[in-house]
Amino acid sequence: MSTLTQLTLAEARDQLKAREITSQELTEAHIAAIEASDLNAFITVTADTACQGAAQADDAIAEGRAGPLAGIPIGVKDLFCTKGIRTTAGSRILGTFVPPYESTVTANLWAAGAVLLGKLNLDEFAMGSSNETSAFGPVTNPYGEGLVPGGSSGGSAAAVAAHLCIAATGTDTGGSIRQPAALTGTVGLKPTYGRCSRWGIVAFASSLDQAGPITRTVRDGAIMLTHMASVDEKDSTSVDRPVPDYEGALENGVRGKRIGIPREYRVDPMPPALEALWQKGEGWLRDAGAEIVPVSLPHTKYALPAYYIVAPAEASSNLARYDGVRYGLRVGADDMVGLYEATRAAGFGDEVKRRILIGTYVLSAGYYDAYYLRAQKVRTLIKRDFESVFDAGVDALLTPTTPGPAFAKGANLDPVEMYLNDVFTVPVNMAGLPGISVPAGRSDDDLPLGLQLIGRPFDEEGLMPLARVLEEAASQPV
Amino acid sequence: MSVDIETVRRVAHLARIKVDDAEAARLTGELNEILGFVEQLNEVSVEGVAPMTSAVETALRRRTDAVTDGNAPENILSNAPDKDDGFFLVPKVVE
Repeated sequence: MSTLTQLTLAEARDQLKAREITSQELTEAHIAAIEASDLNAFITVTADTACQGAAQADDAIAEGRAGPLAGIPIGVKDLFCTKGIRTTAGSRILGTFVPPYESTVTANLWAAGAVLLGKLNLDEFAMGSSNETSAFGPVTNPYGEGLVPGGSSGGSAAAVAAHLCIAATGTDTGGSIRQPAALTGTVGLKPTYGRCSRWGIVAFASSLDQAGPITRTVRDGAIMLTHMASVDEKDSTSVDRPVPDYEGALENGVRGKRIGIPREYRVDPMPPALEALWQKGEGWLRDAGAEIVPVSLPHTKYALPAYYIVAPAEASSNLARYDGVRYGLRVGADDMVGLYEATRAAGFGDEVKRRILIGTYVLSAGYYDAYYLRAQKVRTLIKRDFESVFDAGVDALLTPTTPGPAFAKGANLDPVEMYLNDVFTVPVNMAGLPGISVPAGRSDDDLPLGLQLIGRPFDEEGLMPLARVLEEAASQPV
Repeated sequence: MSVDIETVRRVAHLARIKVDDAEAARLTGELNEILGFVEQLNEVSVEGVAPMTSAVETALRRRTDAVTDGNAPENILSNAPDKDDGFFLVPKVVE
């Protein structure tokens, strides 16, 4: 493996700036790594435009007009629209879609000088926890040929873990950044709802979707978020508040911070490796000067069932646009309804169909109150649980990210078993909070496990030094 | 609550997704499993609780009521599966 692909984003940035390396050699090293890889992490590789972008970045650096991410080669989840570059959402129905516009998050990254290596594989429409629902085939976890990388940002997590790109974008609706990060030993950051613009990101569940980075270090995640976040006229839910210096926030100490340990996050049976990891995390934060306090979030167990009403309901509405008329796949028929039905039957995979049908059912006449309205009320209670803990002076929460490590491909989990992967991450989306998964240890089978920190709304800054404490402690030799 | 195969067919039609008999039968089982899982929400007392309408308390911003985009028919039609003379083509909808 080239030493250039070993660099973190921060190291590459500093060496580019000092002109110790060039973006062209850095980018070419990553393209060579992608070409040599058999993980199926990328759906589309944009090698030629990457090399051109790298050459331009080198010129900009030489001329002293380089942006803060100039020449850094990154991957983009294939859910972000990229102008003139195929964007599939991992679905047959968008298999040949070439957007004539750019998502705001990626536009921000290009404005900062980053270079696109290609579009990363994902579960179809970001619906899945194993990357196996992609119409472009499953992604392999670099920790084992037979293992899934998690999902839905499975290509992003696998590519970052395998050093195919320096950093990647992901999206997180119920855990789709944090769960694959945990399963691949990478750092996954889901910002507060509204921190990043959703404009130009293929919509799944609009009240839950949020973009964020997957990186190999906490510092790199901080740098990426700084250049992804923005208020955006084109997304009225993006929030108008300044983007802080997240990298600078790494230096803020954790002494005196109060860290809550929610007792409801103890699953039954609790795997011993997971329990041990969680306690180690508590110890690391305590040793760094934080105070550990037990807390209760009584409605935790209802987050997942409420999610599986709210998310499919919103998805069924969002995915109504794929009608075979304006863009995407069309399967011909004699009449309009026949065209819609045949197109959508051929274009969507099984998991997407399941969710559209569930969503259509819970929104249909006579069932709306019993399902959707009730779920939105439960969501209020879930949010209140977090608010009362934060109001009581707790600064952040520490939990495991997932119930277990990466599992085998083709495990044929039934839908509900698959959904349980997100039991610790979904409540964070339901409440709109920021969360970060940090690699913190290994399972009995020596596979990566992550710990999750959950913060107050828009306190990504507060999570940064805590995440770094976990990262540093976990990387120390035992 | 559970669904029967007729309900699954009706919902699939509402969602404009064609399902054959085997698929409808499989989906009936899967949807019932998911509906069984979400049933536990009935244990929660939601008396007097307002439904959540936005994840983050925020007032919607107003933007200037002005045209900021447009005049791009080629872009709009660039991904159309079937088009002619600046229009999307679809099967005949009016007899």
